[in-house]
Amino acid sequence: MDLTIDDVITPDLIILDLEATERDAAIAEMADRLVAEGRISDRDAYINAVLEREREGGGTGMEMGVAIPHAKSEAVKNASVAVARSAQGVDFGGDSEQPSTLLFLIAAPAGGDDLHIRLLSRLSRRLIHESFRQKLYDASSPDDVMDTLREEVKL
Amino acid sequence: MRFVAVTACPTGIAHTYMAAEALEEEARKRGHEIAVETQGSAGAEKVSDSDISGAVGVIFAVDTNVDGRERFSHLPSVEVTPGEAINNAATVLDRAEQAVEEGVSQAPAEAATGGAGGGGAVAAGGGGGDGPGRSSKGGAVRQWLMTGVSYMLPFVTAGGILIALAFLVGDAVTVVDENVYESFSWGALLFKIGGTAFSMIGPILAGFIAYAMADRPGIAPGIVSGLIANEIGAGFLGAIIGGLLAGAVVIGLKRIPFPTSLRSLLPVLFYPLIATFVVGTLMILVVGEPIAAATEALTTWLEGMGTANAIVLGVILGLMMAFDMGGPVNKVAYFFGVGLIAENVTAPMAAVMAAGMTPPLGLALATAVRKRVFNVQEQEAGKAAWVMGASFITEGAIPFAAADPIRVIPALMLGSAVAGGLSMAFDATLGAPHGGIFVFPLVGNPVLYILAIAIGAVVTAVGVVVLKEFHRQPDEIADPTTTTEAASA
Repeated sequence: MDLTIDDVITPDLIILDLEATERDAAIAEMADRLVAEGRISDRDAYINAVLEREREGGGTGMEMGVAIPHAKSEAVKNASVAVARSAQGVDFGGDSEQPSTLLFLIAAPAGGDDLHIRLLSRLSRRLIHESFRQKLYDASSPDDVMDTLREEVKL
Repeated sequence: MRFVAVTACPTGIAHTYMAAEALEEEARKRGHEIAVETQGSAGAEKVSDSDISGAVGVIFAVDTNVDGRERFSHLPSVEVTPGEAINNAATVLDRAEQAVEEGVSQAPAEAATGGAGGGGAVAAGGGGGDGPGRSSKGGAVRQWLMTGVSYMLPFVTAGGILIALAFLVGDAVTVVDENVYESFSWGALLFKIGGTAFSMIGPILAGFIAYAMADRPGIAPGIVSGLIANEIGAGFLGAIIGGLLAGAVVIGLKRIPFPTSLRSLLPVLFYPLIATFVVGTLMILVVGEPIAAATEALTTWLEGMGTANAIVLGVILGLMMAFDMGGPVNKVAYFFGVGLIAENVTAPMAAVMAAGMTPPLGLALATAVRKRVFNVQEQEAGKAAWVMGASFITEGAIPFAAADPIRVIPALMLGSAVAGGLSMAFDATLGAPHGGIFVFPLVGNPVLYILAIAIGAVVTAVGVVVLKEFHRQPDEIADPTTTTEAASA
């Protein structure tokens, strides 16, 4: 039973045009998808954990236009990632002056499941590559995004 | 150039890995090789010893504590945050190249002012002018031993000084037989606590040698092997063997390709279970049996020696006392001396105590007069060693001996042989089995006895300094601070 990216991201967790333009609203909008898919048991607890990580680490925005708000929390049932593109960009602070246009909200369960973390780490690693990010920007549907993820993010 | 790097962030699910990828990409672009250790939530994917020994520099992209930082202490280093590595890998590599060329470490301003991680990058690449990172297999073993020692040291100092205090406030001769739970006395209380701390010397030493080698899964088998070393009377040398065995077994187990679906079980179940069983079995059957046999043979041989030549006997007792400080050989000599007290032969006991006092005293003297051959941790341990040596707590020398057995133990044996031989030559006697300076009033011929101990301590100190100076390797000069910091981090 091999773990694949489909276990952590589904088309319903992908938002091609994020409405929110501010950090907290963006996190909430993406977290709602995780809740709707039954991947989070306690929305507020999870969001608080994410915001705490944002505050502690000075923000998760990066110069390449990517932000990866994330938290490990009891409120997470299954390791999951919500993906969003924002045309206008959202300011996630961190090392970046630029607003982030590609957002990954990572939800990891509190227990240490190596395999899922490993898969999430593969996704994080791919984000460094410009070609990968470009494919995600170019995708025309959530299924397109999934295809890119399946192709590039494997254990 | 070949680099090693460590990436780590507080949550350990995103930045750790992005920073690793960014460094790998940038290094590849420049034609460098790099091995990155990601200390994230998926467990540290450790770099190997050969990665470390082949590297010319180390990059820390971290904003949390680094596990096992001391492994890299001989390398020129650069320390940045994961964010800097992700956003500006090129700058980070520039700085790393520069650090290697200059042979120094660069700590970021904020780390120097003391964030998590404790600014451990201050250790310069020292005398590595002719190629830093020249670390042999021996260097790796030494690093493992030093990690074990740094965790063990507090048990030695706390236990040793408490026992010395017990001798001070209680009756030095009887306090060791008192049971604090049955009848309270401050001496008995102090002795009990000190003795309990001492019982952890072997387990902690073994546990953290294995930890240095094989990360967390090494701790359980290591500690268990140290406990068994206690039981079979194998002393700290037995604990070192146990720790090295435990680390090696876990490293071996990690090479077995388990199916991915089982991987999350490995560190919590398979590695500790199998390694503990294997190492425990080895310790009991392979290490324990021969030690028991050798102890018996040695006892018989020593008793056969009788008092044929008093000075030779004193020299032999001295050599034995300093060989393993609380281990089987030491115990044979010690109990030989104690046993003869009952027969009213008290000169050997005096020789035994003199020879047991000189190792910590000699090392304390050496750290006082020749600081630079010792690291900061050893310099501090040297101060406590005065107290322990004066109290005939030979264990005070263990931190030095365990960190560098090949050079330290011969010097200790030499000094103790001199002290033991002189004690016999001076006809010193002692009817008490322990106590150090607290039983000096009971010593026959005390002035010459003290002279014997003093000469032995000086010989020990000179021996240690000469051996350390003579054999010193460039990559061992540096590293004044990192082990202690790793221990307290």
